[in-house]
Amino acid sequence: MNAQLKEWLRQNFVASPVRRFGWASLLLLIALAVAPTKDFFNEWRHYQRQYRKFISTRPDSLILQHHFTSGIQQIWLPQLAVVDRCTTCHVAVTEKNLQDPASVPEPFRGHPPVAHNVKDWGCVICHRGQGPATELAEAHNATRAWEEPILPARYLESSCGQCHRAPLTGTPQLNQGRNLLGRYGCVHCHTIKLSDGSRVKPTDDPPSLSHIADKTTREWIYAWLKNPYAYAVTTTMPDFKLTDADARDISAFLIANSTPVARDTEGARNPPAEPTAGASLYGESFCASCHAVQNAAGNVVGGDVGPELTRIGNKAKPEWLRAWLRNPRVYNPETAMPHYRFTEPQVSLLTAYLGNKSDSDLLANVRLDAATPEQVAHGKLLVTTYGCAACHEISGIGKPDNFAPELTRVGSKPLTEIVFLPGMKRSTPDYIATKIRQPRSFGAGLKMPQYTLAPAQIDALTTALLAFTEGAHDLPMALTIPAKALANYQPAGNAGELMADLACFSCHAINGRGGDMAPDLSSEGTAVQRPWLEAFLKNPGTLRPALIRRMPKFNLSKSEIAELTDYMMTVYQTPAFDRDSLSSTSFPPAQVEQGRQLFYSKYACQSCHIIDTKADKGYIGPTLTQVGSRLNAAWIYHWLKDPQSLQPGTIEPNRNMNDEDARALTAFLMTQKGSSNQGRKK
Amino acid sequence: MTRRWRTLLAVSLIFLSAACTRKPGTASALKPTAFGAALVESSGGKQTGAIGTLLPQPLVVQVNDEQGAAVTGALVDFNGQASVTFDPPSALTDASGQVTTNVALGSVAGRYQLTVRTSTRAQKLVELNIEEIALGYQEQLGFQLDNKYCASCHDPESTPERVSNYDNLEVKPHPFTEGGTFNQISDDDLTAIISHGGPAINKSALMPPYGYTLNKTEIESLISYIRLVSDPPYHAPGTVYTRK
Repeated sequence: MNAQLKEWLRQNFVASPVRRFGWASLLLLIALAVAPTKDFFNEWRHYQRQYRKFISTRPDSLILQHHFTSGIQQIWLPQLAVVDRCTTCHVAVTEKNLQDPASVPEPFRGHPPVAHNVKDWGCVICHRGQGPATELAEAHNATRAWEEPILPARYLESSCGQCHRAPLTGTPQLNQGRNLLGRYGCVHCHTIKLSDGSRVKPTDDPPSLSHIADKTTREWIYAWLKNPYAYAVTTTMPDFKLTDADARDISAFLIANSTPVARDTEGARNPPAEPTAGASLYGESFCASCHAVQNAAGNVVGGDVGPELTRIGNKAKPEWLRAWLRNPRVYNPETAMPHYRFTEPQVSLLTAYLGNKSDSDLLANVRLDAATPEQVAHGKLLVTTYGCAACHEISGIGKPDNFAPELTRVGSKPLTEIVFLPGMKRSTPDYIATKIRQPRSFGAGLKMPQYTLAPAQIDALTTALLAFTEGAHDLPMALTIPAKALANYQPAGNAGELMADLACFSCHAINGRGGDMAPDLSSEGTAVQRPWLEAFLKNPGTLRPALIRRMPKFNLSKSEIAELTDYMMTVYQTPAFDRDSLSSTSFPPAQVEQGRQLFYSKYACQSCHIIDTKADKGYIGPTLTQVGSRLNAAWIYHWLKDPQSLQPGTIEPNRNMNDEDARALTAFLMTQKGSSNQGRKK
Repeated sequence: MTRRWRTLLAVSLIFLSAACTRKPGTASALKPTAFGAALVESSGGKQTGAIGTLLPQPLVVQVNDEQGAAVTGALVDFNGQASVTFDPPSALTDASGQVTTNVALGSVAGRYQLTVRTSTRAQKLVELNIEEIALGYQEQLGFQLDNKYCASCHDPESTPERVSNYDNLEVKPHPFTEGGTFNQISDDDLTAIISHGGPAINKSALMPPYGYTLNKTEIESLISYIRLVSDPPYHAPGTVYTRK
C-alpha cells in the first residue's frame, strides 16, 4: 500500500520537470494569496462592511455614505505622541445623526458632545488603550506589549486632569479627588511632582504636637490613636491599627516630649459658668460656620474649616480651652481661627459649654500607668517608624522626606510592577482603589494607615491619582492648562497684623488669596460707604438671608475698626473706575420713579432681592432695604452694567443694561436708605 | 503505547474542561434565613450621577412581611442593564430589614431601569423597579449650571446648603422634571427663554435673561440636562429610527 502511494506521488509530482514546475507555481500562488486573504477577512473590514449595511437601511444613508471613507483611518497628533486608528472601526464618531444609543449599536455610534472635537484630539488621550492597533482585543485590552487598556468610564475624568490642572465645571469627580488629595494630606508622605517641577501641596493643617500636653491628656491621645473615628466622624486622621502597647508608648512619648507654651493664667480664677448658658453665645459667634457637631440623629452639621467639636470636652483641658478662646494665636500663631476678643465672662461661658460636649464612654476604659523611660523610647521609635512627623510638627523629630512611594507617574504604573491580591482584577485603577480602601491587605508590615472614606470618595481619589501619568508628566508646558497660582498676598502695616489676628483670609479672599466662604473683598473699598463698613464691623448684620454662614461679631475696639476701615477704603479699590465718579445724593424724583418701574416690571429684580419687606420676598441676593447707605452710586451703576466684571463668577445675571436704565435704577436704589439706618446710628 | 496516550489525552481534556467551566470567585451562595412579602424603596431612587460613576447616595431598600413589619435575613438581588454594577449585587437584609448597595450606572447617558427582587416563602418573586439617570459630559455640565444659577428658584425643595426661593415667587417657576411642560417647548424656545428671559416667549419677567452671562455651549448643556431629567421622558422631534 505504502509503496503504491509513493509510486503514485512520484509519477504525479516529481517525475516530469513540467509537472514539478506546475505544482511549485501553484504552491507559490497559494502562498502569495494568504496575505491578501487574511487582510480581506480583517476585523476592521468586517466592521466597515457591517457599517455600510447598517446605514443603507436608514433614510439619511446618502449623507452618511458620503461622509464614509473606507480603509484604515488614522488621527496623528505628533505633539501629543498620539497615533489613533480607532476611527477605522468606530467609523461614525463624528456623526451627529448616529448618537442615539437606543437605535445605533457600537462601534457605529456617534460620540456624544464633549468639550473637545474628536477629529482634533483623537480617542486615546481620553479613553486610553492602544491607538495604533487595528484589532479589537489589542486596541481595548492590556497585552504583553501594551499595558494600558481602555479606561473604565468610572474614572474617565482622570484623563481631563492630565492637561487641565485647574478645576473644570465638567469634572466634579476629578475636582473632588484633588481636594481629597490635599485635604487628607496624602501628599505629606507621597510626593507628587508636576510637569513644571512643582509639587502637589497639602491643604490640611495637621496640628503641631510639640506642646500637646498643654492641650490634652495622655488618655485622650491613647484613645485617639486607637480609633480616631470614635472621637470625630469627620476626622482626616487615619487609623494606624496600633496595638494597645504601641498606642500606650506613643502617648507616653508625646506627653514626655511636649514643652509648655508660655501663657497668662489670668481669668483662671473666674467661677465656671453653667454649661448650657453658652449655647446662645456659640450660636451668635457663628462657630458652626467652621466647626461641625454631630447631632442626636447622627447628622454632622456645620463647616469643615476647623475640627469637629462633638466630643471636644473629652479632649481639651479646660485651662487650655480658656486660653485658646481668649487668644488662639498664643498656642498656634498660624491657626485659621480668628482672635475673637471675647470678654472674660464670655470665655467662661464658652469654656463651660464646650467642656460639656463630651462622651462619657470615650475614655471610660482607658487606664494608663505612669510611663517608663523604655516606653517613652519605644514611643519615639514608633513615631519615627510610622512617619508621624511627615504631617505633624514634633519637636526633636525632623520631617521625613519621601516617606512613602512617589506617585508622580502612578497613573501609568506598569502592571508588571504591581503585586495584585488573589482574585483581584488585574488593572491599575482597581489596584489604586483597593490600595486606598484596604492599604494593609497587600502584605504584613505595611505602614500605610486605614482611612475612613465613602466609596464615592475612593473613586474620586483614584480618578485624581490616575491623572498622574507618564504622558501628563512629559507633556510640553505649552499644552498644559495650569491651575491658578496661589497668591501670597499680605496686607501691610497695623491693619495687616489686625487682619491676620482676625483670620480674615480664612473666609474672605483678597487679591487672589483666601477662602471662598464669604465675599471677595478685593474691591470692597470701591463698593461700600465708610459709615456702613464701620457699623458692620462693629455689629455685622444679615445681608444675604439665604446664607447659613455669617460674619461673626469680633468685639473690635473703636480704634481697631478705624484702622481696618481706613485700610480697606483706601487700598481695596477696583482700578476700573473711580468710587466718587457718580454723585451719591440728589436724584431727580422722576428718575427715581423710573428706576422703581424698571426694578419691579422690566427687570423684575424682586424675584431675588427685597426692597419693601412687606411685599417683596426674593431670597437669593442681598436684601436691598438700605442699599443706599451701604453701596456707592458708581459701584451700583457699574455692577448693573456688568456684574461679572466686578466679581467674576457671581450668579447675578448680566442684563446688558443700557445707560439710561442703569442710571435710573441706581437712582432708585440709592434712595433706599432703610428705616433703621445703621450707618448713622450713634 | 497509543492507548496510553489516548487515555492521558482524555483525562487531561476532562481536567481542562473542568478548569474552564468553574467560575472563579463566585461566593454569592447567600442563603435567605427569612422571607418577606413586599419590597419598599427606602432611599436612593431617582438620582442623577455621571456616567460610569457611583451614584451620590447608595440605594437602600427594605423587605417587609404581610403585616408591613421589617424582615431580617431575606435575600435581595439587584439587577440592571449589563453595564450597571452593584456593590454588593445581592445581600441579606440587616436587623432593620434593609439592604444597602452602591450603584454605578453604565457608560451611556440616559435613564436606567433597575430591578430589585426578593422571593416569598412560596418562591414567588417580588419585584421593585427603580429609575436612575446617568449624565453624560454635556448633561453633567448642565447639571452644574443648574445648581449654580437655576435650582434656587426652579427646585422647590430646600436643602441645608440651599434655601429654595420657589415659594417666594409670585409666578411659580416650573421644576425641570416637569416633562408635561418642558416637552411642549422646543429647543429654540428654551434657548430664547434662557437667553432673553421670560418675556421672550410671553412668560413672566421674574425669569431673568442669561444670554450675556452664559455662552452658547453652556445654554445647550443646560437644555440637554433639562431634556434628560424631564418626566415623562422627552423625545426629540423628527425622524425616529429603530434598531432592526
